[in-house]
Formats: sequence, structure tokens, C-alpha cells
Amino acid sequence: MDLQILLLLGQDGLTNGAIYALLALALVLVFAVTRVIFLPQGEFVAYGALTLAAIQAGKLPGTVWLAVILGIAVVLIDGGLALKSGNLKRLPRIVLGNLGLPLVLLGLISGLEAEALAALALPLQILLTLGIVVPLGPLLYRLVFQPIAEASSLVLLIVAVALHMTLIGLGLVFFGAEGFRTQPFSDGALEIGPLLLQHQTLWILFASAALIAVLYVLFERTVYGKALRATALNRTGARLMGISTTMAGKLSLGLAAFIGALSGVLVSPMTTLYYDSGFLIGLKGFVGAIIGGLASYPVAALGAVLVGLLESYSSFYASAFKEVIVFTLIIPVLVWRSLTSHHVEEEEE
Amino acid sequence: MNAAHEPKPVLEVSDLCVAYGKVEALHKVSLRIREGEIVTVIGPNGAGKTTLLSALMGLLPYRGEVAYVGHNLDAHVEVEERVGQGLTLVPEKRELFAEMSVEDNLLLGAFHRYRSGLRDHAQTMEEVFALFPRLKERRTQAAGTLSGGERQMLAMGRALMAKPKLLMLDEPSLGLAPLIIKEIFRIVAELKQTGVSILLVEQNARAALQVADYGYVLETGEVSLEGPSHELADDPRVIETYLGLGGKKTA
Ligand SMILES: Nc1ncnc2c1ncn2[C@@H]1O[C@H](COP(=O)(O)OP(=O)(O)O)[C@@H](O)[C@H]1O
Ligand SMILES: [Mg+2]
Repeated sequence: MDLQILLLLGQDGLTNGAIYALLALALVLVFAVTRVIFLPQGEFVAYGALTLAAIQAGKLPGTVWLAVILGIAVVLIDGGLALKSGNLKRLPRIVLGNLGLPLVLLGLISGLEAEALAALALPLQILLTLGIVVPLGPLLYRLVFQPIAEASSLVLLIVAVALHMTLIGLGLVFFGAEGFRTQPFSDGALEIGPLLLQHQTLWILFASAALIAVLYVLFERTVYGKALRATALNRTGARLMGISTTMAGKLSLGLAAFIGALSGVLVSPMTTLYYDSGFLIGLKGFVGAIIGGLASYPVAALGAVLVGLLESYSSFYASAFKEVIVFTLIIPVLVWRSLTSHHVEEEEE
Repeated sequence: MNAAHEPKPVLEVSDLCVAYGKVEALHKVSLRIREGEIVTVIGPNGAGKTTLLSALMGLLPYRGEVAYVGHNLDAHVEVEERVGQGLTLVPEKRELFAEMSVEDNLLLGAFHRYRSGLRDHAQTMEEVFALFPRLKERRTQAAGTLSGGERQMLAMGRALMAKPKLLMLDEPSLGLAPLIIKEIFRIVAELKQTGVSILLVEQNARAALQVADYGYVLETGEVSLEGPSHELADDPRVIETYLGLGGKKTA
């Protein structure tokens, strides 16, 4: 066996695994807080990558319009409710909070010449991308999941599937059927012994590790992070502390959108992404999340890295069966989980 | 002149009705709590005591008037908003965050204040620890590993972290050993000194009537009796139904 190839595959697997790990963490978070198995997670990846690609091509990405339209819808609904209850003081916050950023970004991007937009520094382009995609999370929570927050897990799953299809369809409308790649964060490679590490690989590993560290600090050290965990542990208890389920839901989907968009931005220099590429990527994160029982963050992350490695080695040794092997992993995992973990009822005391 | 001496009502409930589907669990309940008072609602299992507190907290829809510090609390006002206005409930089931530490549970009790920009939780926590020294000893322990009495203390401490105007306690003595119950009621009486108004729901009528200023008896969803607690404690109907066993002993 060739060590060089083995290392190369390992490096590949680790890089993809890092991205899957981020998505697995987002899935565990959203499920814990909202009970939604968030299938559309992968769409945030595609939207992040393709929005950045559009900006680098000097085009106005359609996702800005999506953010603006969703923002208007939320302002109409929440504003209408505030008017009806005579709560006029809340109006400015509703408008600014839901529509402010999308409108500013729409103005900013359409105000720039195509060449100027394409020539913006990469960090600024990434910032614009995140600014467009991240608000989609809370807006979608408000419009899609908040009205059915008390519904059964099955209903929530069905709605998640529907949202996933809708977002893929919209992706096709916004970006067309062709695939895109974005510029790498930096060119070049680093040689360590027999290994040749692309800079982008290092960026991915570094950014994933940093993001995981940030999430850890957020959940362990900050009041808002603890409030999110509290909602996941005991919804009624959290409400009685004044932690609104709605706020927690918006926050968790905002984080999920941030993680997804950042993942998309990170991988898009390495692989060509299409409007529907998010699904498979998200699904591999999902396998990781399942390994963690949709509950344990570290096990989910490690499981996702395992998925990345398995995928990488199987693509070399049995490339036709790559996806089959990865997704078949879910069966022994489910058997093992159902044998080892006690069943958690929805109405646990 | 006289009005200045009369404490203002914190909560005035009139004709409160609550239904689960078509079944009415509370029928035209009216009660009043004045500033700094401890008011108790006693009654047997299934009388509607928990339902009453859940409705007042905004967890259940209701009909009727609820006036809180002078303004009307519409049934649509969310739980979170009520917390912000100084209403706090210690629920019958405690609803602690089992996997989080005692300290984090307390901290989250101050979440609404924190969100409004009030960062005095460290100070408040010291006050809570002074009231419940046991919690201080256990501050790093997970809430789920506490004993029953300690859990009740944590639930009360967590509620106090919100610095409530009106504290509602749902059967704080439920499932606890007699010595711990004594301790809990001692603390309830002590809380009175801090000026907080307390609505205390209990099946343990004897202990509740001892600490309370005024009492209501709730039976099958309706108030059947009310009066100053020392009068209620002497009322033959109360003695027979709720203080029966102990009453015979002292007689
Ligand atoms: N979630 C519920 N759905 C239907 N009926 C309920 C529910 N909770 C309580 N009840 C009924 O309402 C009545 C009052 O219950 P509750 O308020 O819990 O009484 P208490 O706290 O005084 O023991 C009981 O008859 C109970 O069976
Ligand atoms: Mg009860």
C-alpha cells in the first residue's frame, strides 16, 4: 500500500469531515432547541457558496431578494400583530430587525459597478455573503417553524422536507443549473514531509476548529448560549425564566445559517458546487449527527469526521459505491444506538 | 390619608375561568393579593390550583379579568412578558435544567433582567445564597443530582433571581420530608421581609395558613371559602376537611 496515497486520502477525508462536523453541530443544535430535523441545512451551504460566486462574478445574487422578500413578509405579519395589539413602540424594532440588513445589502450591492463588486477584497465579499445568507435562518424560523412550534416532530419533519425542496427550487431560479467555484482564500501549498497541503485545506481545518471553539465558549460561557441550552433541556422551565422559545428558535436557525454559509464559503474553492449540491453535503453531516444521537455535540462532530474519512477512502477503493458505503453506515449506527441508549420519550419528565 | 396606609393590590383576579377543551377547570375565581402579603390558596388534589397559577403565568388561556399592579393582563400576554413585569412562578414540577449546574440554573433565573441590560445577577446570587446556604455548597453540582429538598430550594432561588414583585409557589412542600418542609416555610416567611408578595398554593393547609395573611379554599374549580388565615384556621369546615387529623390531636 502506498503511504502517499493513504495520507492524501486521509487529508481529503479530514477536510471534508471538518465541514460535515460543522453541519452536524448545526443539526444537533437546531434539533435540540426546536425539535426540527433540519434537512434544509445543506441549502445554506449551497446558498453561501453560490452567493459568493455571484458576487465574485460581479452579479447581484438572488439570495438578497429572498432575504428582502422574507423580511417584508415578517414585517407585515409581526407589524400587523403589533398594530392590532396597539403595541406601536415595537414597530421600529420589527422593521429594522427583519428588514434592515437585507435592504442595506441590497442597496450596497446594486449600487456597486459589476467590476467593483468583483474586485472587492475577499474578506469583504465573504462578509457580504454571510450578511445575506445568515438572516435567512431567523426569517425562515419566523415564517415557517414558529407558527407550528408546538406541532409533533413528524409534522416538523415534513415541513422541513418541504422547505428543503422549496429552497432547492429557489436556488435553481437564483443561480441557474451550472456549477461554480470561488477563488481560494490564498494560493499555494504547504509541504510537510510527504504531504502537500493546499492552503485552502489549512483554511478549512483552521476555520472549523476555530468555529467549534467559538461554539463551545458560546454554550459554556455566555448567558445567551446557556439560555439556548436551557431551552433544549426544558422548554417550560426556560419560558418561565423569560427565555422565549421564539427567540431561541431564531437564534438557533441563525447559527445554523451562519455555520452552513461559512461551510459553503470554505469548500467552494475546492469543489464545484451546484444549486442542489447542499443536500448531499448536509446529509453527510446528518449521518454524523445521527451517530451522536442528535444529542451529543462531540460524538456528532467525531462521527462526521469519520464519515469524511470513510467517504474519502471508499471513493478510492470502490468509487462507484462511495455514497452507498457512507449512507449504509447509518444502519449499523442506528442498530447500535437503539441497543445502547435508552429510548427518550417526547414527554420526558 | 387612609389609602396611604392600605397596601395597594398587586394582583386582582375577578371571574377567572379556565377550560381544558370543553371541560371547565376553574369557574369564576376571584382573588386579591396586596403588596407584601402572603396569600394562600388551599384545596385538595385536582381542585384547580395548578391550573390557576398556570393561567396567571400565561401558560394557559383564560377568560376573566386579571389586573396586575393596576393594569389589565390580557390572556394574550406571553409568559416571557409577564416575567419581565415581575411575575414569577415556581412550578409544581420545578422544571429545573437538570444537566446544568446549580449556578447556571440560578444565572438563568436572571435571564430576563440580563436581556434588559440589568447586570446585577452576581449580587442577587449572593442574596439567594444567603437565603439558601445549601445551594452555595452545591453551586457546581448538576441540578439533576440534588435531593428533593435542594431541588425545591433551587427552584425557589432561581425564581428569586428574577427579583419578582409577585412570587407564585405551587405546592413547595410536595413530596418533601417534614423537616425540609419546615425549612421551606421558614424561608417563605422570611421572604416576606424582602417585600415580595407571595401567592402560595398548598395542600398542606396547616403550614400554609400559618405563614399566610389571607387564604382562599379552592374546591372543584371554585372558591368555597375565604378569609384572614387565622380565621380560616379556626373555621370548623376547614378544620374538618383540611386540618382534620392534626385538629383531633390538639383537641
Ligand atoms: N392538561 C390537562 N388537560 C386536561 N385536564 C387537565 C389538565 N391538567 C389538569 N386537568 C384537570 O383540571 C383539574 C384541575 O387540575 P390541577 O389544576 O392540576 O389541580 P391541582 O393543582 O389543584 O391538583 C383536574 O380535574 C385535572 O384533571
Ligand atoms: Mg397541582
